[in-house]
Amino acid sequence: MKRAKVNQNVNLAEYHDVWIIGEQREGKIHPVTVELIGEGRKLADKIGKKVIAVVAGYDIEEEVKKLLHYGVDKIIYIQHPLLKEFSTDGYAIATSQLILERKPEIVLVGATSIGRDVGPRIAAQIGTGLVADCTSLDIDPEDGKILQTRPAFGGNLMATIICPKNRPQMSTVRPGVMQKASYIENPKGEIEIFEPNLEEKDIRVKLIDKIVADKKAVNLIDAKIIVSGGRGLKGAVGFETVRKLADKLGAEVGASRAAVDSGWIDHVHQVGQTGTTVRPEVYIACGISGAIQHLAGMSESKYIIAINKDPNAPIFKICNYGIVGDLYEVIPAMIEAIDKKIEFDF
Amino acid sequence: MNIIVCVKQVPNTNEVRINQETGTLIRDGVPSIINPDDRNALEEALALKDEHGGKVSVISMGPPQAKEALKEALAMGADEAVLVTDRAFGGSDTWATATILAAAVEKVGGYDLVFCGRQAIDGDTAQVGPEMAEFLDLPQVTYCKEIKVDGEKIIVNRFTETGDYILEVKPPVVFTAIKELNKPRYPSARGIFEVYDGPDQIKVYTLEDLDVDVTQIGLKGSPTNVYKSFVPVRSKNSEIIEGFNNKEKAATLVDKLCDLKLI
Repeated sequence: MKRAKVNQNVNLAEYHDVWIIGEQREGKIHPVTVELIGEGRKLADKIGKKVIAVVAGYDIEEEVKKLLHYGVDKIIYIQHPLLKEFSTDGYAIATSQLILERKPEIVLVGATSIGRDVGPRIAAQIGTGLVADCTSLDIDPEDGKILQTRPAFGGNLMATIICPKNRPQMSTVRPGVMQKASYIENPKGEIEIFEPNLEEKDIRVKLIDKIVADKKAVNLIDAKIIVSGGRGLKGAVGFETVRKLADKLGAEVGASRAAVDSGWIDHVHQVGQTGTTVRPEVYIACGISGAIQHLAGMSESKYIIAINKDPNAPIFKICNYGIVGDLYEVIPAMIEAIDKKIEFDF
Repeated sequence: MNIIVCVKQVPNTNEVRINQETGTLIRDGVPSIINPDDRNALEEALALKDEHGGKVSVISMGPPQAKEALKEALAMGADEAVLVTDRAFGGSDTWATATILAAAVEKVGGYDLVFCGRQAIDGDTAQVGPEMAEFLDLPQVTYCKEIKVDGEKIIVNRFTETGDYILEVKPPVVFTAIKELNKPRYPSARGIFEVYDGPDQIKVYTLEDLDVDVTQIGLKGSPTNVYKSFVPVRSKNSEIIEGFNNKEKAATLVDKLCDLKLI
């Protein structure tokens, strides 16, 4: 196998358009795709280029076409029977073939367990740099250089990374961070089908079974309200109190890394640099001190409420409203006050 | 079964502090540790060796002080340790790092499995494992939660947000480990004694030992560069709710949230 190289005097002018690599799971478009389109459109408009969504799969054309409603100029649907199920080899080879043939200027991939698996593989096949898990992207309209910003050192530092000499400029983008593209009734874009060169032997890892997660799985990204618990809960039982408030508000339950690492709650609830990034309308942090690594995942929430015994906890610097007090007194009192409101409304 | 494990020595990011004025990391006094996911990778390799026999070799790329991480790996039970170090490797991004590590893995040779941690806590990229796998032209399974050897084949449980995927692969293959994979062992007393009191067992590979293209490594060979770095600024006009007791504060908060139509 001929190994790709970087920094080989690429003619940057040959590369055009912003591509977003859409993601589908079990034949359904993953929400990060619409976030990537939103961000891709923002970048493309700044440099007057097209937005092209690329989705790989088999027998899902109707589902893929739905993306036209999010304002893409074109969809390239990579279709092949061997792409029915996700495989690192199949998806990387097929996507790389298309990129090498069409030469996009920018390629955005969702930083999900799929995107972070196949993204580096694609970058290594086509010979370009890849910037992981970006939380903000911008473009220099002069030279088309994208400024890819991401947290490092547990969110203590933000680094802006560039890829000056290679194309495409490629990033994985953290889910839940970018604004979703809005839905349009009468789309104008077109769909093209691309048939990659793939053989059975290319796919070296075989899928033998799937254990699909419970449908009631925690959905922190789409939650309007999140009630989160941290070290201050002092034990797993504290999440019962947190959950009571969450249920009352129709909210999801979140957690800090400290609570997850202590084994008090499953890590699917974890918010922060190493967990999920969220931006709900209301984030209620109970017994969470506000370590940088937690703030990295929730500071974009519209309203932050902090309840903590320690008046010096850093969370009080970034909250809208704070209560200094014992959460085991404050939360039940909040539930009581909410119940009274409901009575009053009748 | 011969296994190569790639580990990285990282600053413990829980202890990292920032100089707010200069926007730089204060590294002094921050302990260096074996990256947590890499520790799971090492544990899995040692457990597979315990069960099936073979040899575990550990590779770490980094400055000379990364030897400390390798010593710990030896004390945990690794058979061989290689430090990959050279000034020419400094400033490498994930592409360049994966290029160098792939060359080091090939130099060690004779492997059935290569293990990495999913990602390192200083950079959180999760890119080096897959890029290295591509450079070695090996299949990969990332986010491994369970690994079982079944004759010629290996059955792996890959963990994702939407469920677990049970996969089958034949060696040689690259795996990346997550913390759900296992509970890493501590170094044994005998291991500590042998490593810290015995002769230095760590091999060193420098640029001249490795088959790498120098245009593809180091700061100059890296396709991505840091343009700037800064300390994230997060502040709001916080209002601490006052009240006679917690009950009164809670009621005031609920009133405010209702007034804003948030609940």
